[in-house]
Amino acid sequence: MDPQASSQDRTLHERARLQWQCRRGMLELDAMLQDFMDKRYDDLTPAELQAFEMLLKAPDQLLLDYLMGHAIPIDTEVANVAQQIRYAAGP
Amino acid sequence: MDGTVTDVGVQPVTLARRQFDSLVIGAGGGGLRAALQLATADANVAVVSKVFPTRSHTVAAQGGINAALANVLPDNWHWHMYDTIKGSDYLGDQDAIEYMCRSASHLVYELEHAGVPFSRLDDGKIYQRPFGGQSQNFGGEQAARTCAAADRTGHAMLHTLYQQNIHAKTHFFDEYFAIDLIKDDEGFVLGALVLEIETGKPLLIEAKTTLIATGGAGQLFRTNTNARINTGDGMGMALRAGIPLQDMEFFQFHPTGVAGRGMLLTEGARGEGGYLINKDGERFMERYAPHAKDLASRDVVSRAISTEVREGRGCGPDGEYVLLKLDHLGRDVLQKRLPGISDTIRTFLHIDPAEEPVPVFPTAHYTMGGIPTNRHGQVVVPIDQGEEVIPGLYAAGECACVSVHGANRLGGNSLLDIVVFGRAAGNDIIEYLSNNRYHRRLDEASVDKAVDHLQRWDLQGEGESVANLRNELQLTMEKYCGVFRTEVVLAEGIEKVLELQQRMADVRLQDHSRIFNTARIEAMELENLFDIAVATVVSAHARQESRGAHSRIDYPERDDVHWLKHSLYYKRDRRLDYKPVTLKPISVESFPPKERVY
Ligand SMILES: Cc1cc2nc3c(=O)[nH]c(=O)nc-3n(C[C@H](O)[C@H](O)[C@H](O)COP(=O)(O)OP(=O)(O)OC[C@H]3O[C@@H](n4cnc5c(N)ncnc54)[C@H](O)[C@@H]3O)c2cc1C
Repeated sequence: MDPQASSQDRTLHERARLQWQCRRGMLELDAMLQDFMDKRYDDLTPAELQAFEMLLKAPDQLLLDYLMGHAIPIDTEVANVAQQIRYAAGP
Repeated sequence: MDGTVTDVGVQPVTLARRQFDSLVIGAGGGGLRAALQLATADANVAVVSKVFPTRSHTVAAQGGINAALANVLPDNWHWHMYDTIKGSDYLGDQDAIEYMCRSASHLVYELEHAGVPFSRLDDGKIYQRPFGGQSQNFGGEQAARTCAAADRTGHAMLHTLYQQNIHAKTHFFDEYFAIDLIKDDEGFVLGALVLEIETGKPLLIEAKTTLIATGGAGQLFRTNTNARINTGDGMGMALRAGIPLQDMEFFQFHPTGVAGRGMLLTEGARGEGGYLINKDGERFMERYAPHAKDLASRDVVSRAISTEVREGRGCGPDGEYVLLKLDHLGRDVLQKRLPGISDTIRTFLHIDPAEEPVPVFPTAHYTMGGIPTNRHGQVVVPIDQGEEVIPGLYAAGECACVSVHGANRLGGNSLLDIVVFGRAAGNDIIEYLSNNRYHRRLDEASVDKAVDHLQRWDLQGEGESVANLRNELQLTMEKYCGVFRTEVVLAEGIEKVLELQQRMADVRLQDHSRIFNTARIEAMELENLFDIAVATVVSAHARQESRGAHSRIDYPERDDVHWLKHSLYYKRDRRLDYKPVTLKPISVESFPPKERVY
């Protein structure tokens, strides 16, 4: 990234990068992650943001298990974000 | 402008170029199986994928992969072949189907040896489950032909193939978006222009062969089961390169998707006693299928739902869906027998299925049509009386039409299709490379055209938004080219889709940054969707019969006299052409068209 980019640019780029990481191989994941980005992204604390990034690194099937609550991530912050995503899904 | 691009407002930057023996566009099961064949033969192969490879849509396939292993019930490839031809409503090419069914066992064992953890029987053999459309002895008793790795077969296959490719030193371009093919005057395909999503920089990948393996186009319809990446980009690229798309009118729908969102609610829900009602609380399937009722075949249930909605008996504020009643089954049964469905309903609708009925609508699932190929994965187009191969171009997987699924795909045959024809294409490419040792001279005009296409998205100013236009397109396709098809509806559909497509010219992006500019990617995906939408609705309008997934209210019968043929749609002048179905298998007798009853 351009070292001279303003911090606002950097925030925008960061959001755009995460937005693309939310494009997954399954509709269920796309839908839940998109709902979360739309509803909750702007309110995330730095710690939650970091946990969200970690969560997005999980392979799709495991991520689905986490988000549907069939498995719980070991890291409590990550587990908390997974739960928030589940609650943000839907209407 | 020889090989340079202008960065908006910045000085020109040189277009970076890389050379490979072979380029594979798409890292789902089809692309990865082909790349593996190439890399293990020491070809220098590049795989481009717009998302990280293991996030490809293949990961979503849960049901399994078909092969006549005969581990649970008697079986052989010839019965599998018969079922596939019958399932295709006789539109499948019998040579390709024979080839696929004969190769199936070998390829499944190969996946097993590579580490796919198939579920097992007590004797250690691969477990096989029965799926719809599978029979013993050419239409006899139910067969059990589907091999599964628990409920994550696609995931296991994709991860295994990816690891094998890493080991074989395949070169991956992760998060690169392919824009257009590069083609010279003599018709040779020479690679593609791609875009690095992270930096927004274009890259020209020159290759002696290019394989398109970009998957299906479920995003054509508002309600669909596909991941958002399934925008049929490779099919759009082919159309723009002058190559026709085959059999696009055949799109498989599943009757019960979550209304407005698309997620699949399996047949199990109705199998356990769930039933559909309209806004008057009427169990309307009794009218459409007095015997089978809610368990009638997929197309019958889909059309019934669509008819109820069209005739004003839909539920909800806009009357846009019907309701699936499950609450009478009781919480215990739902939790025990339908846990997955209950989860989906709770998560995406915030409804408790034990208390309230569930809004459902037919959901688009699988693209039977695609880029025409022969069973070696070569892209072929008609010429005079026969066919001609497009030199250097291949296609495999859901974006291709080889055609093994014909008018209707059987469950479990798609994961098979992608590995069988991914490998076949790999083998043919190896032969092509041995006869074509050098890169041909690059066609700069074709490169310029692709670069211009990309730069169109640098236009500034006020204009329409991509998201709006995409929503309108998806709604229009659902309404005018979904499961309810008549002459009038489809003719109106063509008009509406073309009107919408014209508005693409007025679309402007608000975001012109380079880094992870997803708006630009989504704009190019929408261009592809538009080209494919026109192909689909024009082909559907022309086909005056009902066959497999294409069912016309005004032509309810299959018409083998006039329509036992493949459609070919060309972007130029929106021209349609047709070619015969290959009824002659490779080594066995042909299965002549018969009435398809189950
Ligand atoms: C919910 C669901 C369940 C299914 N279950 C089964 C099942 O149980 N059994 C079965 O046989 N079939 C099943 N199918 C069908 C099957 O999963 C697919 O047909 C198959 O996985 C398609 O594989 P593919 O390799 O052709 O494409 P995909 O796996 O879709 O991969 C496409 C690749 O192309 C890349 N790509 C696309 N466009 C571009 C571009 N412009 N630039 C760069 N890269 C690009 C993507 O990044 C991706 O890597 C299911 C489908 C769905 C929707």
